Amino acid sequence: MTSELNGAHYDCLVIGAGMSGLAAAIRLAMFDKRVLIVERHNAAGGLNSFYSIAGRKYDVGLHAMTNYAPPGAKRLPLIKILRQLRLDRDQLDLSEQCGSKIVIPGYSLNFSNDFALFESEVAQVFPEQIDGFRRLVEHVKSFNETALDIQEESAIAVLREFLSDDALVNMLMIPVCYYGSARENDLDFSQFVILFKALFMEGFARPFDGVRVIIRALLSKYRELGGERKMKCGVREIVADNGHASRVIFDDGTEITADKIISSIGYAETLRLCSDQPGDAGRDNTGALSFVETITVLKKQPASLGWKDTIVFFNNSEHFDYRRPKDLVDCRSGVICFPNNYQYSDERKLEEGFLRVTALANYDRWAALTDQEYADAKDQWYETLQRRALDFLPMPRVRDKEHTTPPMVAHKAQARLVLEQYTEAKDMFTPLTITKFTGHLSGAVYGAPNKVKTGRTHLDNVFLCGTDQGFLGITGAMLSGISMANLHVLGAG
Amino acid sequence: MTKEDVKQIVLDIIAEIAPDEELSDIKPEVRLREQLDLDSMDFLDIVMELRKQHGIEVPEDDYPELASLDSCADYLLPKFEAKASA
Repeated sequence: MTSELNGAHYDCLVIGAGMSGLAAAIRLAMFDKRVLIVERHNAAGGLNSFYSIAGRKYDVGLHAMTNYAPPGAKRLPLIKILRQLRLDRDQLDLSEQCGSKIVIPGYSLNFSNDFALFESEVAQVFPEQIDGFRRLVEHVKSFNETALDIQEESAIAVLREFLSDDALVNMLMIPVCYYGSARENDLDFSQFVILFKALFMEGFARPFDGVRVIIRALLSKYRELGGERKMKCGVREIVADNGHASRVIFDDGTEITADKIISSIGYAETLRLCSDQPGDAGRDNTGALSFVETITVLKKQPASLGWKDTIVFFNNSEHFDYRRPKDLVDCRSGVICFPNNYQYSDERKLEEGFLRVTALANYDRWAALTDQEYADAKDQWYETLQRRALDFLPMPRVRDKEHTTPPMVAHKAQARLVLEQYTEAKDMFTPLTITKFTGHLSGAVYGAPNKVKTGRTHLDNVFLCGTDQGFLGITGAMLSGISMANLHVLGAG
Repeated sequence: MTKEDVKQIVLDIIAEIAPDEELSDIKPEVRLREQLDLDSMDFLDIVMELRKQHGIEVPEDDYPELASLDSCADYLLPKFEAKASA
């Protein structure tokens, strides 16, 4: 059955109500375009959404909002977004991280939102590399990563021009890859620059109530501007006539027309909706990288157990392998996150403790499991990842005597017992969960390995924004939506 | 409508799109970019707001005319006057 929208015409249709789609739609509604945003899922936010189990709200994507900019900062992405979307920074309720680290055996580098800390850590741990590191930082600072016409370069190759110690190269690559690389074992240098600035030079922050604060701010702005939104409404087909999208058919058969279409759902995912493309269009540019994440609800604040870091990026050797694992999960490297460990104002504390552990995963392997195997694999890998995380965390500290374990129990076993004792609830999401929330093929969190910076497609009125346009992270996603709306819809008048 | 009115209109728009900027002592003869942290996205918004609030069109080739408050007034006043008499 078709909906009340059947036959409607819009200036612009935005596909996907994630961060980038919402930002694009806000820009268009702000300047009186008639805009409709459609989202197949029942919740907005895309990758950065949230869900509830047993009354608890869990964030899907967000460990941290990168690109933190303090009040009064100039020319940084976060400031641009606030201006372009006419949001007040208080609406995002951002608090800065306490401090994070990158750990591999024998080396540990601390960093915070004060870049001087990271530089001094590199100087201390890698004294022979510090001059090269400083030159690299200068190169990064002067690089214009947002230009739409940059030549591709291997980030690893560029890093090796400045740094001769691969341990340091790999330590820099761990956070950068985990927080945004869609490419195995390397990425385009311009993407490296975007991420290096976002993670190390600008830094991490988080709204006290998690990612839904940002989604709510975007949705209410869009509503205020009179934008239309339709949830649980996927696009079945974009009908193409001579290189032009002439109409759009939704899952329920409803047909609408739009002068322009901005799609945030991905490069191959968008092509495959177009009636002039084969069903496997874009197969040479689909992402292979997906993740699992364990979420452990703790009965205590992590800091009271001695876990004070905001985020810990770890790898179990000097060699870092960032690619689709052969097994269901690769637990050699990963990310540990404690959402409690931000400097929340007014001494606010999250009611419960949270420990999240992320690692690379193989979508096809997870997709091939039966329901029972899937449930068993989740249990098994949950345990494995908890153990791995404990290898990279300080021994949990317990003050109350009754909880101490017999002295003959080995340290690692004792750490596991403590963690088990303080676990209130647990959950785990897999590559299949990611596909459910994002619609990305293969649960590819960061989308296609080759980004389409201009946002153009083979159809003259269909444009991409979001992950596959190439700006990364929550801030990057919003900036992508804004840029594409400005360039392809508003700029053209 | 005077040039001063036009300058005030432009200042009001800037205050709306960049509420974090201090606008009290803007020199009208000096380029806005030298006094304020405005980038090309912000200038696009000035143009968009002129269209939305006042029905004034500024073609892309004329964006340089908006460099300072004085040049804005020189360039926009005839457009406002034409609009008023239309």
